[in-house]
Amino acid sequence: MSEAPLLRASGLGKSYGRIEACRDVSFELWPGEVLGVVGESGSGKTTLLRCLAGEIEPSSGTVEFRDLQDGFLDVHRMSEARRRFLMRIQWGIVHQNPRDGLRMTVSAGANVGERLMAAGARHYGRIRTEALQWLERVELDTARIDDLPELFSGGMQQRLQIARILVSKPRLVFLDEPTGGLDVSVQARILDLLRRLARDLGLAVVIVTHDLGVARLLTHRLMVMRQGRVVEEGLTDQVLDDPHDPYTQLLVSSVIGA
Amino acid sequence: MIALGAHALPSRAHNFAYLDEQTKRMIRRALLKAVAVPGHQVPFASREMPLPYGWGTGGIQVTASILGADDVLKVIDQGADDTTNAVNIRRLFAKTADVATTTRTEDATVIQTRHRIPETPLREGQILVFQVPIPEPLRWLEPRETETLKLHALADYGLMQVDLYEDIAQYGRIAQSYDYPIEVHGRYVSSPSPIPKFDNPKLDRNPALLLFGAGREKRIYAIPPYTHVKSLDFDDHPFTVEKWDRPCDLCGATDSYLDEVVTDDKGGRLFCCSDTDYCEKRRAASAEKGVP
Amino acid sequence: MYVAVKGGEKAIANSERLVAETRRGDPAVPELSLAQIQQQLTLAVDRVMTEGALYDRTLAALAIKQARGDLIEAIFLLRAYRTTLPRLGDSLPVETARMLLQRRISATFKDVPGGQVLGPTFDYTHRLLDFELAETASAKPSAESAPAEPEATVPRVADLLGREGLIEAAPVQAAEAPVPDLTQVPLVFPAERALRLQNLARGDEGFLLAMGYSTQRGYGHTHPFVGEIRMGTVGVEYVPPELGFPIEVAEITVTECDMVNQFRGTDTAPPQFTRGYGLAFGAAERKAMAMALVDRALRSRELGEARTAPAQDEEFVLSHSDNVEASGFVQHLKLPHYVDFQSELVLVRAMRREWDGDRKPNLPEAAE
Repeated sequence: MSEAPLLRASGLGKSYGRIEACRDVSFELWPGEVLGVVGESGSGKTTLLRCLAGEIEPSSGTVEFRDLQDGFLDVHRMSEARRRFLMRIQWGIVHQNPRDGLRMTVSAGANVGERLMAAGARHYGRIRTEALQWLERVELDTARIDDLPELFSGGMQQRLQIARILVSKPRLVFLDEPTGGLDVSVQARILDLLRRLARDLGLAVVIVTHDLGVARLLTHRLMVMRQGRVVEEGLTDQVLDDPHDPYTQLLVSSVIGA
Repeated sequence: MIALGAHALPSRAHNFAYLDEQTKRMIRRALLKAVAVPGHQVPFASREMPLPYGWGTGGIQVTASILGADDVLKVIDQGADDTTNAVNIRRLFAKTADVATTTRTEDATVIQTRHRIPETPLREGQILVFQVPIPEPLRWLEPRETETLKLHALADYGLMQVDLYEDIAQYGRIAQSYDYPIEVHGRYVSSPSPIPKFDNPKLDRNPALLLFGAGREKRIYAIPPYTHVKSLDFDDHPFTVEKWDRPCDLCGATDSYLDEVVTDDKGGRLFCCSDTDYCEKRRAASAEKGVP
Repeated sequence: MYVAVKGGEKAIANSERLVAETRRGDPAVPELSLAQIQQQLTLAVDRVMTEGALYDRTLAALAIKQARGDLIEAIFLLRAYRTTLPRLGDSLPVETARMLLQRRISATFKDVPGGQVLGPTFDYTHRLLDFELAETASAKPSAESAPAEPEATVPRVADLLGREGLIEAAPVQAAEAPVPDLTQVPLVFPAERALRLQNLARGDEGFLLAMGYSTQRGYGHTHPFVGEIRMGTVGVEYVPPELGFPIEVAEITVTECDMVNQFRGTDTAPPQFTRGYGLAFGAAERKAMAMALVDRALRSRELGEARTAPAQDEEFVLSHSDNVEASGFVQHLKLPHYVDFQSELVLVRAMRREWDGDRKPNLPEAAE
């Protein structure tokens, strides 16, 4: 791990009127680290993710990202142009619903090649070659490079989302319930893929999930959220094997084989 | 009440070229902005004209704002001077501006065109006014104006390139035959209006001033003389133009855009220059030389 | 031998003569007069003035006659004429509170101060074709109307609710604040309410009717009630710079509709009724109502409501409401497009050759 963290949240909160979706969240994330945010639906974890990923503006607190050249940058105070550029090259978001993260009207190859083209790539053959390589890397059949995403199964669409993001070699990836809605064997294989990619590419990852099994498998550290607040955090194994907070204890005990 | 009796109607003499001077000034300001930022769409307060929106009101307003008493006007539609739309617009200016008109490209100072660039090369000092239906080249990929504005501001044209990639992946070629997107002065992606891609190369470093007016969509943009204009493509799938395997059946030209005319119901076809002035001149020149 | 077709000018001239003949119809039938149109087709005149964005009954009647009864064509004529008129300035806001009422109803209360004045409306008629109208008139008894109280200011129903604090305050414009003008500056999104209302006021009645209707059927429901509809005459006042005080320059008839809508409240705003507003020239009541429904739907953004329906989509509604634009662009498809079509033919033929070529591997490749 390098000296400085890659992402830093301080006192982060988001309210909708009187409803506090999340409150007073602070943490640091280092390159190569996988941080899990777990809780039931309504715990505020998705809102937190969207604030971290720059999609929505927090009501309080800051999110800072360490750029290679410019040091720590306040994600929400930077210009929209800068933020869009950041989100497109150095970051990636894998959405729960693949339709939110893919262009459904263009082929798998176009989806994977888009970030390259947005960055100025203008050689069709080379873009296609790189797209093929990434399809292979996420274990998709390369013969389907010209197929539209809606012809892919849910699991394949998730893999396509992952390839689409990783093609720009981002340093930070956000995953929002990446295996929700997939059957167990498919889930297991995608989690396996994610774990290998995170390790091989040295990615920092924030993953939001309600599934403690996913957290156990993928994450180094865990934050447990309840009603918008972080109630417990620590190394994953410690939190799951020896929970201190009563809510965490409840969560762990209600899951078989967590 | 500003009442008019049932039969007392106001009579108005039209201002020169129909538009009042304030409106012309407003449009000229928009034109100046457009020329200063090549390819960038400048909003303007378009007026209703005596021809419907969608029928060239943008081009008409631009022409009306730049026309002077000494100008010589040519109007073409589909490359021809005597298609009904061209005739109508020319009559409007003849009636309201009493300006000299011509069918000869080289004699015109202002040319208003729908869907073609004349074959005869233009020269410095000439102005070509294009009628534009949809000024936004990203419109088919992104319907929201708020979003396309951002994409242009950020020079975020990845979406456009993705569309071209997809064409090649599905059809083996870029399947855009007219209104083929261009990059102007290395910065803004623009629509050249629905000219066939055959005409796109004429946009590059043209000595004339090229003005584009979209009345219904209320946008004006410009390509100043000698501006570099590139048609979007890939390095390994470069931009190409249409070709015919036969010359014009009337004048023998091999370098002009040809119209296909159906001559009978047994599949009979005739190909002739879309640019009627160009074709006529060539035929006149051969007649002089005694060539049949 | 094919000769390039000439004669476009002659064809157009002949077409114009034909239009004039067809417009006149059978010369044995008396010609329509502008006075007849103004008097007996008033609702057509009202619509043409409203969407033509020009208050002049005579010119609207002329446009209707010239357009052979095609109202969208007549609206286009009036708009094109409007372009030629010099702009003298802005009037003072029209005071509909001081309207000389011909019609005033409210659906929110059984009775209200000022009463429910029905006026001339189709609402209570039976839609049975009246064959007596087929004969030209014999004198009919005149209608009974209640005596008009010329100077009485009839209070707004919305103000009655306002006294209890149950309806949001009407927007207040600072006297010196510049009024944005849709005809001077092109529309940019997001658009402020004043510009939205201007767009809707001149928008196509059919389109707004459909959009308003959709909100009632669940596409962005706002639970509307007719708070008040007023129709009558108001004065138009203008302050000439040379005089420095207002003078009345015209008296116009307008129809105004206040819709009262539901609102549950937020953290910062209490539960109360919200407003939708519609205004049209003449007795164009259906238009004013549809406009009020759509106005309220378009306020979803500023009221923090979820935007799920087309009528709430500002860009969609305001970009397609103008029937002069819409008619022009739809009908422009009749213009020659053969050059672009030729381009497409070349492309399709080439792609077809490749497609056929792929499927017949034993045939020799065609020469390029």
